[in-house]
Amino acid sequence: MMNKEHLSKKTFPWAHVIGYVGSIVLTVLALWFTVKAPLSQGSIITILLALAILQILIQLIFFMHITESRGPAYHSIAIALGFLFTFAVVAGSLWVMTFNSQVQ
Amino acid sequence: MINQIVEYLRNADPLIQMSAVAAVLTLLGIIFALTYFKKWGWLWREWITTVDHKKIGIMYLICALLMLFRGGVDALLMRTQLAFPNMNFLDSQHYNEIFSTHGTIMILFVAMPLIFAMMNIAVPLQIGARDVAFPFLNAVSFWLFFFGALLFNLSFILGGSPDAGWVSYPPLAELSHSPGPGINYYVLSLQISGIGSIATGINFIVTILKMRAPGMTLMKMPLFCWSVLASCIVIIFAFPALTVALALLGMDRIFGTHFFTMLHGGNPMMYVNLFWVWGHPEVYIAILPVYGILSEVVSTFSRKRIFGYKSMVASLMLISVISYFVWVHHFFTMGAGPGVNSFFAVASMAVGIPTGVKVFNWLFTMFRGRIRLTLPMLWSLTFIPCFAVGGATGIMLASAPADYQFHNSYFVIAHFHQTLIGGAVFGLLAGMYYWWPKMFGFKLNETLGKWAFWFFNIGFYVCFMPQYALGFMGMTRRVYTYPAETGWGTLNFVSTIGAYLMGIGFLFIVVQILYSIRYGERDTTGDPWDGRTLEWSLPSPVPHYNFAQIPTVNERDAWWEMKQQRKEGILPPTKEPLKPIHMPNNSSLPFFMGLAFFVAGFGLVFNQFIIATVGLIGVVVCMLWRSLEKDTGHWISVDEIKQMEAS
Ligand code: HEM
Ligand SMILES: [Cu+2]
Repeated sequence: MMNKEHLSKKTFPWAHVIGYVGSIVLTVLALWFTVKAPLSQGSIITILLALAILQILIQLIFFMHITESRGPAYHSIAIALGFLFTFAVVAGSLWVMTFNSQVQ
Repeated sequence: MINQIVEYLRNADPLIQMSAVAAVLTLLGIIFALTYFKKWGWLWREWITTVDHKKIGIMYLICALLMLFRGGVDALLMRTQLAFPNMNFLDSQHYNEIFSTHGTIMILFVAMPLIFAMMNIAVPLQIGARDVAFPFLNAVSFWLFFFGALLFNLSFILGGSPDAGWVSYPPLAELSHSPGPGINYYVLSLQISGIGSIATGINFIVTILKMRAPGMTLMKMPLFCWSVLASCIVIIFAFPALTVALALLGMDRIFGTHFFTMLHGGNPMMYVNLFWVWGHPEVYIAILPVYGILSEVVSTFSRKRIFGYKSMVASLMLISVISYFVWVHHFFTMGAGPGVNSFFAVASMAVGIPTGVKVFNWLFTMFRGRIRLTLPMLWSLTFIPCFAVGGATGIMLASAPADYQFHNSYFVIAHFHQTLIGGAVFGLLAGMYYWWPKMFGFKLNETLGKWAFWFFNIGFYVCFMPQYALGFMGMTRRVYTYPAETGWGTLNFVSTIGAYLMGIGFLFIVVQILYSIRYGERDTTGDPWDGRTLEWSLPSPVPHYNFAQIPTVNERDAWWEMKQQRKEGILPPTKEPLKPIHMPNNSSLPFFMGLAFFVAGFGLVFNQFIIATVGLIGVVVCMLWRSLEKDTGHWISVDEIKQMEAS
């Protein structure tokens, strides 16, 4: 259900536009670095990681309103869980897939 | 595309041709009936455009039961084929398609909508809310699920079903091995319904955290709501992994990328990894709400408070976190090192601890309780031993070295059916019986229900116990026939009998529903089970604004406390006068959005990019429309509320 504050706030959603453009730029950059950039694999991976972290920040700040809050801080727990699971999936997958280096 | 479909149907197995005819006839029948009884307008206004969570819940329930029928027919076809050695009732291709669609349908289009049905029906009522947090989004979720399921179900008559198992591993699922549209159907329908699932997850997390009635702190919340919260947390963190896996697989197939093809450095194992990052948590998504249902049912029908509420909450939360650290147990044999396998084996076994806590809590709740053996309670009681055995065999599978023996054998089939049927489906049936009077205003006939119960239960054990043994005897899963010398014939035959008994059980449920619509005991009190939580304080069926006045909660089991106080002569504080209620408007956009996704998906299945683009444009138009729409809902006046409450 919509509450009244929400309805009365009728300014143009600049934050969303900036966030949207920002995330597209970051995505295109990532693609460009992997496909076109004449760099070593190590530096590409570092750049990709940096871009990924920026991407997370953009999502959190411009779309997920991490800076606004009212009521209990449920969102901090949610974000902490999010980081935990992201870490589990990324680190876990890297670990799980290491056997490939021996197989191939 | 048309040629492809016609060609396919001409060469298809007679069984498929027959079902195509049956499908067309059913469709014509429905259209005729709706026109004849002039029900189109009613259908559109009351159901298709609804944003009422209770109606959405009912639609999920109906779809889930229909899909259970379809998946069940698939199961019976498979079991018929396996009843005797050297059968040739189904050919190998058809068998592959059937087990692939059976698995996918049962997990994604039966278990998921059933839990969504229960959530939609019960959560807002239990927390004393008028609606979910985002009613419009809720309708969008439903229609995405609906059109995803529809797309998937079209596959067997329009072009061929997916045939690479419900997991669709590459390279089997790549163009090189499955050139037809089958796997495309799989990828796109799961993708579409998956978006809906993520939205539902978000919706219910927000609903539970933000919309509880005054006084209902988290620790006073009914356990079912806790279990839904746990399940939704798993949904929002697990489904994105499926989205990624399917998107990459889809790109491999439709746009010729090489994420999972060995050519050009792709790696099929990564798909397996990503799939189970979602796939394992997925089974918890289905089972967690069942734990909640069990807790409600056991405490209501033992007329006792649930034993160990806090430990129940803790174990729910713990399970939802641990469920992320176990996915590798589905591919211990892939070749990862002992370090990896040991970690994931231990993590898998760790899930058994909080689960055990819950089982003991249920038992202690029943201990010295005044137990009433109603249908919901029967299904809950049978859940406990069944799930315990399923859990035990799961721990056996979680032991990595032993899994090298069990992997891909019939033992696995027996195990996961024991947890999925004996766990998820039994528990969800308990929930269906429990909340049925709330939804529809009448009870389901107990006698017919008991027949269903016994057929289903006996059938279940007759069907799946032999399969554990078959697994030990070396029978592997996904075989469509076997020679007589293997000695698997007798047990397979017994198993098939069991499957048919379950089929009869299902028919009894259908008969029970039809019979009870006419003759079922009407629920005039709104509290037929002498319930404990707030939904039972409302009339059945519930008016669309739920609560004329939002209740104030002081205790756990709020409604029970209110009833006790009333018995002791303590009257509830005099209610404030009624106020007009604000409710969201119905909207046809969710339906059209689902339809647009469906068109886009259908286009992509056949690489028809024009159709796909039309669909995607439709999606964007719907979203823009919604963004620019000035929809502020409507008010229900006090007079109307009085009228509704009096009737
Ligand atoms: C009437 C009860 C059912 C019977 C008789 C039945 C029977 C079967 C059979 C014979 C297979 C194929 C095994 C193989 O050849 O590999 C199978 C696979 C499967 N079933 Fe069921 N089933 C039933 C209900 C369910 C339910 C309720 C679920 C889930 C909620 C489910 C989930 C699955 C899954 C995930 C697979 C694996 C498909 C695959 O191998 O890719 N089944 N079932
Ligand atoms: Cu698992």
